[in-house]
Amino acid sequence: MKSLQKFTELFAEQFDESEDVVFEPTTIFKDIDEWDSMIALSIIAMVDDEFDKTINGDIIKNANTIEELYNKVIE
Amino acid sequence: MKKSYINHISYYLPEKVVTNESLSKEFPDWSVKKIASKIGIDQRHIAASDEFSSDMGVKAAETLFNEYTHVSKSDIDFLLFCTQSPDYILPTTACILQDRLGLSKSTGALDFNLGCSGFIYGLTLAKGLIASGVAKNVLLICAETYSKFINKNDKGNRSIFGDAASATLVSDDKNGYGAEILNFKLGTDGSGAENLIVKGGGMRYRDSEIETYVDSYGNEATSNDLIMNGPEIFNFTSKNIPGLVMDTLKENNLNQDDIDSYIFHQANAYMLNHLRKKIKIDKEKFKLKMNFCGNTVSSTIQIVIAELMKDSEIKEGAHVLIAGFGVGYSWGATILKF
Repeated sequence: MKSLQKFTELFAEQFDESEDVVFEPTTIFKDIDEWDSMIALSIIAMVDDEFDKTINGDIIKNANTIEELYNKVIE
Repeated sequence: MKKSYINHISYYLPEKVVTNESLSKEFPDWSVKKIASKIGIDQRHIAASDEFSSDMGVKAAETLFNEYTHVSKSDIDFLLFCTQSPDYILPTTACILQDRLGLSKSTGALDFNLGCSGFIYGLTLAKGLIASGVAKNVLLICAETYSKFINKNDKGNRSIFGDAASATLVSDDKNGYGAEILNFKLGTDGSGAENLIVKGGGMRYRDSEIETYVDSYGNEATSNDLIMNGPEIFNFTSKNIPGLVMDTLKENNLNQDDIDSYIFHQANAYMLNHLRKKIKIDKEKFKLKMNFCGNTVSSTIQIVIAELMKDSEIKEGAHVLIAGFGVGYSWGATILKF
C-alpha cells in the first residue's frame, strides 16, 4: 500500500492551477480555491488507478484533510 | 437470421453555440483552459427557445434523405424516436415526426425513453424489427434538448451537455456505410435511478412544490432540473464498462486486437480516458470527437461515426466496437462490421 506521503503527492497532482498551495497531509482540501467537482472526480479516478479502490462522493464529502481521506482509502 | 446494416448517419446541431469563454465569464473560477483540458469540450450547441426535439429530429432526418439517396422516404417502414425531452407527454413524438417528414401512413412509429445508452438500444430494436421481417428500412432518430432542463447556475452540467439530433438508417441490405450490426451485450441497474434524474414533468412530482438543491460544489438545481451525481456516475461506468467491453468481444468471438476502433458514448474526455486506460485500449483506436458539440446524450456515438466516415477513417472490413452507458443506469454495446 502506498504511503500517506505518496498519496499526498498524487492528490496534489490533480490540481492544475494551485501552484501556490503547499499540500500537506493536514491540508483542508475543500478550502483550496481550485477544489471543485471535476477535481473530486480526478481524486476518485486516481484512487481507482493507484489504490484499486472505489470511493464514493460521500467519503470525499465527509473528509476534511488529505490524511482523513487517505485513512478512508486504506481502510 | 436476416442481417441488419447501418447504411447512413446524419446529424444536426442547433445554431446557437456556447463557448468555454462565455461560460468562464459567467463562472469566473471555471477557467477556459480547465474546461477544455478536463472535459475535452470547447463548445456546445444549444437549441433555440422555440426549437424542440421534434424540430431537431426533422432536420437530422431531412439531412439523411439529402445525403443518402439510395432509400427514399416512402421506403421507411418503421420510425424509432429516442428522447428524454419530448415535445409533449403525449402524443408520441414519433407520430408527429411521421407527418412532418412525410413518411408513409403504413409506417410503424414509437418513442422510447433512454439517454446515453439510447443509440445502442435503438439498434437492438431496429435489428429485431428487421430480423423478424416486420421492417426493411428503420429510421432511428435520437434527439435531446437537455439544455432546457439544466439550471443556469449548474456550471458542471452546462459545461458538459450540448443539444443535438441524429438520424440513422438501418436496413436489411448492405449499402452506403454497410456496417453490419453484430451481437449485443446489454445491462440495467435501476438502483442508480436517483443519480441522474429530472423529477419534474412526470406524474410523481406533478403536484409538488419545486425543491431547490445545492450540491457540495455549489452547483444549483431544482426538482424541475437535471440533477447528476457526478462521482456516482463515474463509479458506475468505472465498475461496469470494462466488463461490458470484454463480454461484447466474447459474445462476438473477437479479441481486443480484432477491433479497429472503439467508440464510446462521449460523456466527457476525462471519464473516457480513465476507461480507456482501465481497459488498456490504444490511444489511436479510441475515438474522441466531442470538442465541437459536447455530450449530446443519445447522439454522441452517431456523431463520431459520421465524422469518421466523412474523413474516411473507417476502412471496409473494420470492426468498430460501440458502447453506450448512463442514465437509468442503462448500458449496452455491440460491434459494427463495416
